[in-house]
Amino acid sequence: MTWNMKRTKGCAAVIAAGLLWAISPATAESQNASAPEAATWKSLKSDVFGSRPIEQGEGIVRIEAPKRAEDAAVVPVDMHFKTDSKTGRIKTVTLIVDENPAPVAAVFTFGQNAGVTHLATRLRVNAYSYVRAIAETEDDKLHMTEVFVKASGGCSAPAMKNQDEAMASLGKMKLRVFPSKAPGLEPLTRATEMQLMIRHPNNSGLQMDQLTRYYIPAHFIQGLTVSQGNQLILSMQGGISISEDPNFRFAFDARTGEELKAEALDTEGKKFQDEWPLESSSL
Amino acid sequence: MAGPSRRTFLGTGLLLAGCCMPHARFASAEPAGTEALPVKEIAKGIFAFTGAPEMMSTANEGEICNIGFIIGNEGVAAIDSGGSAAEGRRLVAAIRAKTDKPIRYLINTHMHPDHIFGNSAFEGTGAVIVGHHNLRRALANRGDYYLQSYRAILGPELMSSIRIIPPAITVAGEQELDLGNRKVMLRAWKPAHTDNDLSVFDQQTRILFTGDLCFTQHIPTIDGSLLGWIRQLKDLREIHAELAVPGHGTVPAPWPQALDDESRYFDALARDIRMALADGRSMTDANRTAAQSERDKWHLFNQYNERNATAAYAELEWE
Repeated sequence: MTWNMKRTKGCAAVIAAGLLWAISPATAESQNASAPEAATWKSLKSDVFGSRPIEQGEGIVRIEAPKRAEDAAVVPVDMHFKTDSKTGRIKTVTLIVDENPAPVAAVFTFGQNAGVTHLATRLRVNAYSYVRAIAETEDDKLHMTEVFVKASGGCSAPAMKNQDEAMASLGKMKLRVFPSKAPGLEPLTRATEMQLMIRHPNNSGLQMDQLTRYYIPAHFIQGLTVSQGNQLILSMQGGISISEDPNFRFAFDARTGEELKAEALDTEGKKFQDEWPLESSSL
Repeated sequence: MAGPSRRTFLGTGLLLAGCCMPHARFASAEPAGTEALPVKEIAKGIFAFTGAPEMMSTANEGEICNIGFIIGNEGVAAIDSGGSAAEGRRLVAAIRAKTDKPIRYLINTHMHPDHIFGNSAFEGTGAVIVGHHNLRRALANRGDYYLQSYRAILGPELMSSIRIIPPAITVAGEQELDLGNRKVMLRAWKPAHTDNDLSVFDQQTRILFTGDLCFTQHIPTIDGSLLGWIRQLKDLREIHAELAVPGHGTVPAPWPQALDDESRYFDALARDIRMALADGRSMTDANRTAAQSERDKWHLFNQYNERNATAAYAELEWE
């Protein structure tokens, strides 16, 4: 029944679909098909991308996720990007979990000169589902790859293992910078890998309090911008399919000496921001 | 007219009574609901059932964790109700087979289904449910999910009588329960196995029910805080207990040696994840190799180790 809702407005309905789902509690039973089900994508595709053709994306975007997710609330997903002069750079990447109540997990927009080659995050996966990445290149073409993940219960599974701690540190950010794996590369081709972590329950709003019969309100990060100096690296428009404590690891062309800045906005209107000076020695 | 009709009525009534009574008895015994759980007396007036080292299933009716009860002069405290209402009923039957004293308390050691799905079996016994001060919130957040996700695991028949029933009395810090010439100490812990772990200590016999703060044989599962658990192992060791009933594993187990195996597992897991983090390895990559030295030392290692590693990675990367 609520399946129709997620097929309404595509990206714009990322958030709304989640909320509507919460109001009409559908059971997970009907989604537990073990065989890959492409039917969901067929209708989802036109809702998100209209009639635009989507090409097989191998060579441009590659996606990796565990075939069987041990914890449906924290499913690590890795995307690698490679572009050439023919396609131009990647402008946006849409990350979709077909069978989730709000299937569009996130839309990432990459900065013009950011040179993002790798992006990893963690997802909630509510049923056995395809997880797909659709990259849009500068020539306006769409390129897709997908992976099938066996997991269930991620969206309604409340992952707050330590709730007092989670709320006490709400909005706290941490940036990890990884040592370059290939030292000695020329600065122009040097991609640096970083991981941005944000403390946030990213609550899906899908859990019903059995005692009060009320749904626990959704509370999640809906927007994120990461930039260096005044140049955008990437921004994200996200929803409830991103795991608790949203986590983004990415490789990009870092410039020495300019500080890195992250700004996030959640559904309660709270803004979180932090910045980190980047020493040339850490690059 | 009145005569035959009345005779017929009476006759039918007798017939109904005659055929219904055995039927009714049969119906109330469904499904194996009143056969007493096999419990053993581990100290005077303290009984415990040993759960199977398995995942919950229709076949084992959710009877996978260790549960038990303590009999005082004036009443009984049950410790956890098991993984289905059927198991809960079997626990009540086991209590009734040992004593006719009232069941005063049902203590829930934490939120997990294998420990609390039997709560509904205690309705009507007069037992008051006691739990950690975070237990209500935890059940409010997860109860619905537990009921939905366990439908496929336990099957509709077992699920039909399972309900999420929160504690009426909650404990912060320590609280003593008096069962009549028998004092039982409850202790609420900081996040470890979950954020609502409660232990039960019988002062007279020095028997400790650890809930899932202690696992032996069955791999520990982390749904609270690995670091919190490691930190509190020291406090757990200091409990002046003789024997313990761990949440899973051998009953009874010598104390505090019962903590040695999980302590070693936690150290291996934390060490491997920290090394992976220091090397900049991804979660997926780290999870595959973490704590592999522990593989042959536990039941259900394959079912839980990677999930534990995921939790450990997500916690330790904030260090």
